[in-house]
Order: sequence, then C-alpha cells, then structure tokens
Amino acid sequence: MVNKQIPLTIKDTKEGLLKKDFSAVELVDEYLARIDKNKDLNAFITVSSEEAYKKAKLIDSNLTDSPLLGAITAHKDLFSTKGVRTTAASKVLENYVPEYSATVVERMERAGSIMLGKANCDAWAHGASGENSDFGPTLNPWNKKYVPGGSSSGSAAAVAAGLSLIATGTDTGGSIRNPANFCGVVGFKPTYGAVSRYGIIAMASSLDSVGSFGHTVEDVETIFNVTKGADGFDATVTEGTVGKKNGKIKIGIPKEYFMEGLDREVEQSVLAASKVFKDEGIELVDVSLPNTKYAIDVYYIIQPAEVSSNLGRYDGIRYGNGRDSFGAEAKRRIMLGTYVLSAGYYDAYYLKAQKVRSLLIQDFDNVFKEVDAVLAPVMPTPAFKIGEKVADPLKMYLADIFTASANLAGIPGLAIPSGFTKSKLPLGFQLVGPRFSEETLFDLGKLYQKSVNYVPTLPI
Amino acid sequence: MAKFTKSDVLHVAKLANLNLTDAELKKFLPQLSTIVEHISELNKVDTNNIEPTNQTTGLTNIFREDQVKVSSINQASALAGTDNIHNGYFKVPAILEGRTYK
Repeated sequence: MVNKQIPLTIKDTKEGLLKKDFSAVELVDEYLARIDKNKDLNAFITVSSEEAYKKAKLIDSNLTDSPLLGAITAHKDLFSTKGVRTTAASKVLENYVPEYSATVVERMERAGSIMLGKANCDAWAHGASGENSDFGPTLNPWNKKYVPGGSSSGSAAAVAAGLSLIATGTDTGGSIRNPANFCGVVGFKPTYGAVSRYGIIAMASSLDSVGSFGHTVEDVETIFNVTKGADGFDATVTEGTVGKKNGKIKIGIPKEYFMEGLDREVEQSVLAASKVFKDEGIELVDVSLPNTKYAIDVYYIIQPAEVSSNLGRYDGIRYGNGRDSFGAEAKRRIMLGTYVLSAGYYDAYYLKAQKVRSLLIQDFDNVFKEVDAVLAPVMPTPAFKIGEKVADPLKMYLADIFTASANLAGIPGLAIPSGFTKSKLPLGFQLVGPRFSEETLFDLGKLYQKSVNYVPTLPI
Repeated sequence: MAKFTKSDVLHVAKLANLNLTDAELKKFLPQLSTIVEHISELNKVDTNNIEPTNQTTGLTNIFREDQVKVSSINQASALAGTDNIHNGYFKVPAILEGRTYK
C-alpha cells in the first residue's frame, strides 16, 4: 500500500484485490497503521488485529469474488462477535466475550468482510453525541473539539477518518443518521424488521433497526443486500417491497422540519440538495407532518420504557458486572422508563404515547399517498462542541427531533452528506420513505451523488 | 399531571433494582423532573378513538416447531461468562433473609 491512497469504496477495494494491486494483508497493515496514528479519536473500544490478519490471509490465499470482498469493517460494540469482547460501551460488560456472533456479523463475514474491531458508541446506544461512552467520548475527525454524533459515534468517525472502509450501527431514534450527518458519511437505517437484530444488544425493541455506514450510497446498499432477510432467530424480520413507480418520482418537503431553531447553513444545504433533485426532473411537493412536534415526547416515553425492560436482564449473575456499574444516562433512562410503566402512570404516559405514535404514523401514511420520499434535515444544527449539552439531558434529547419519527413509524431513512459549513463541519440531509421503499431511497441517493459528482474525502 | 418528586425517584430506583447515592439522587431529581414535565405535554393531544401502536411490522403470532436448534450453545459456553458457578450451575445471591449458603 506504500504511497497509495486507501480505496474508499467496496468496489475499489474488491477490484484492487482481484487485480492484485494490493493484498488483503497489506490493507489490514495500512488500516491498523491509520488507527494507531489516530488513537486520539477514540473510535475503537477493541481492535481485533489478530482476527483481521487471519481473515486477510484466508482471502489472499483464495481470491474469489464476493459482495464484501476485503471490505474493512468496524462493528458497533453492540454487535456480538464470537471470541471478541463486546461491551455496549458500558462498564457492565467490560469483560464480556460473546459465545456467538450476531447474524449481521456472520453474514458480512461470509460475504468477505474483514472485521478490524469494535467501534465506540454511547453506552447501550443511549445518546446523540458519543459522550455517554463509559470508555470515553469519540472525537469528530473533522474537528476534534466537536462531537461525532451518536450513538454510533465510533462507527461514523472510523469511516469518516479512513480507519475502516465500512461500519455497522443501530438506529433507535437516529443513532445512525445523526453521526453520519455530523461526520460527513452516508448512514442508512432500514425499515424496522428488514434486518435481524439477533445477537445485537437490545435498546428499545419496537424501534431498534440495524444499518450501516459507508462513503457512498452504493456501499450501504451492498451491505443492506448482504444483511437483510429472515434468519429464524428474530420473529420481527419480514421481507417486503414497494414496486418501482412508473410515473414521475415526487419528493415531499415537510414544512414542520424547517422551523425556528433550524441552523441557517443546515437549511440552505438541505434546500440546495432539493434543487439538485429538481434539476434531475424530480417533482418537489410541499407536504405537512403536523404531529412532528410530539415526536420527541412520544420517543422519550416509549424508548425508555423499552430500555428499562431490556436492561432488566443485567444482574451480573450469568455474565457481566452488577447494576451498580450502569452509567448515569442508563440509570436515568431505566428510571424514566420504570416510571412511565409503573402503576398509576401507565395510561397517562405509555398508553398515551402509543396513541400519539399512531397519529405520527398516520401523518406519514397520508404524505406517502402523494410522494415517494420525504427530504429533510437530519439534525437541527451541525456538530456541536464536546461538553456543550452534557449537563442538560433534555437539551440532548431534543437533538433527536428530526430523526425519531422514522423509528416510531418503522420506516427507512438514508442520511447523505451535502458539503460543509463555513467552519468546515459536515452538512447533510436525509431521505425517508414508506416501509420497504429502500430501493427508491438508494436510487435517489445514488442519483444525488452522481449528479453532484460526489468524491469522498478524508480529513486526515 | 403529578410532579416528579424525591419519593418518585426512590420508588422507581427500588423497582428497577438500582442503588442511588445521595449525590446521584440530588443530580437525577431535577433532571428527571424536567424531562417528565416535557413528556407530559402529550396530554394536550386529542387521542379519542385512536388505537395505540405497539409495533410497526403488522405481523402476529410467528410460530416455529418447538425443537432445539443444532446451533444452540452448550452448557460450558452458557457458563463461560462468569466465575460464579458451582457443579455446572450459576451461583445466585440469596433472596431470603436469615439464611446463608456457606
């Protein structure tokens, strides 16, 4: 790899290997050197170099084409990896080594990926900034004074900084799209139930979806095609499609997302992206999602309720440490969730939130009668400074305003970079569509990246 | 809507099996109280005749044959996560008072 830039797409990696421009072992050498040079980013909790070299040698000794051939991969540390420590970025699991791998990990391994390590994240995936990790915050590779977003902080930062070609993540209220947006990479959250959650540490079971990061829309599409579909271990997994439309594609612009508090540079960048689609012959339609303002309240009832239930199993008996090892944010969410489910409050909070969730879904159903996808900002602002919101959990929660709705409705979302602020922080937008409209979202995303001649760049 | 009080914090901490220090109690009370106040906003929404949503897949009753899968982990693997084992079992803390296992 000497004097050569690392390949930034799955296709270039594959072609380089098949043409013998470089070997898989050389790729691992190069990425490990980059990880070592950028340790201060704290993107990884565990680097599994031994396993990576083993896999690389296997690939070099038997070069055959496969969808993810040689793709260097970081798995969010919520994904169980057999024989490799899996912590959920929490001290509760600081010494936990799983006995089996998540379905997604297995499928990616079989498709030729090389796992390089386990990416840092907010502990238990609770957070919008990466600062809630019990292993220290991850830094934004574009400016180390800023957060990389969360909760899949290390996954996004690793891809953005060229410490991994691709990465996995989970998105419960925005945890893939938010860090993709703050780090300037593509992040994809599939339809709820499209990808198996087997072997992935659960956060909120009616909201969790399993997706990925890459530099291009094509790459997250490839990962989705490798990972999707039933495995017999997650009963929520279904397959579905919304057939391709014959007529003109229409994109909705929801007025509720362009409200007070939306950063000017974010707004301009999203509108510029919509112009790109318009110039490509796509019709833009003003639409309304009137219940958007309730999304955060609904999300911060349903999500902690499910968190409190899922974290009930960590008692330190069969594995891991006891409940005193939970960090502050996990404790807050467990208590909040326990409260909204407790006797006397269930109807007022949990049941009420489930009903308003139905209204939010109706909003999307109505809009998708008219348009094929909705284009919106991902986050109200570009990346914020480390420490800016840590003392005020509510302020941190409000950052999920544009992302949580898609999880409550179970619909897919694709976050795409669209340039930089004047102070060189990444900007981007998201496309969301009806359940199982992945193909449309990928087509639109690829159209955008082609239209703007997108070339991925690394900050370091 | 009822206000979130110190006794609420202590009550939910007990239900959730969390031991809070005095410092934590002091920190969490105002934080949780503000959050509860915010989420109480939902009471303003009219949800008459609206059915609640539990999940979004539309699936019901996914069954399979009740058979042990070959890929199931063995006993040694199941016990591998802790040192607190005895004769192939997990050791658990006593739940009854006035009696100890020696």
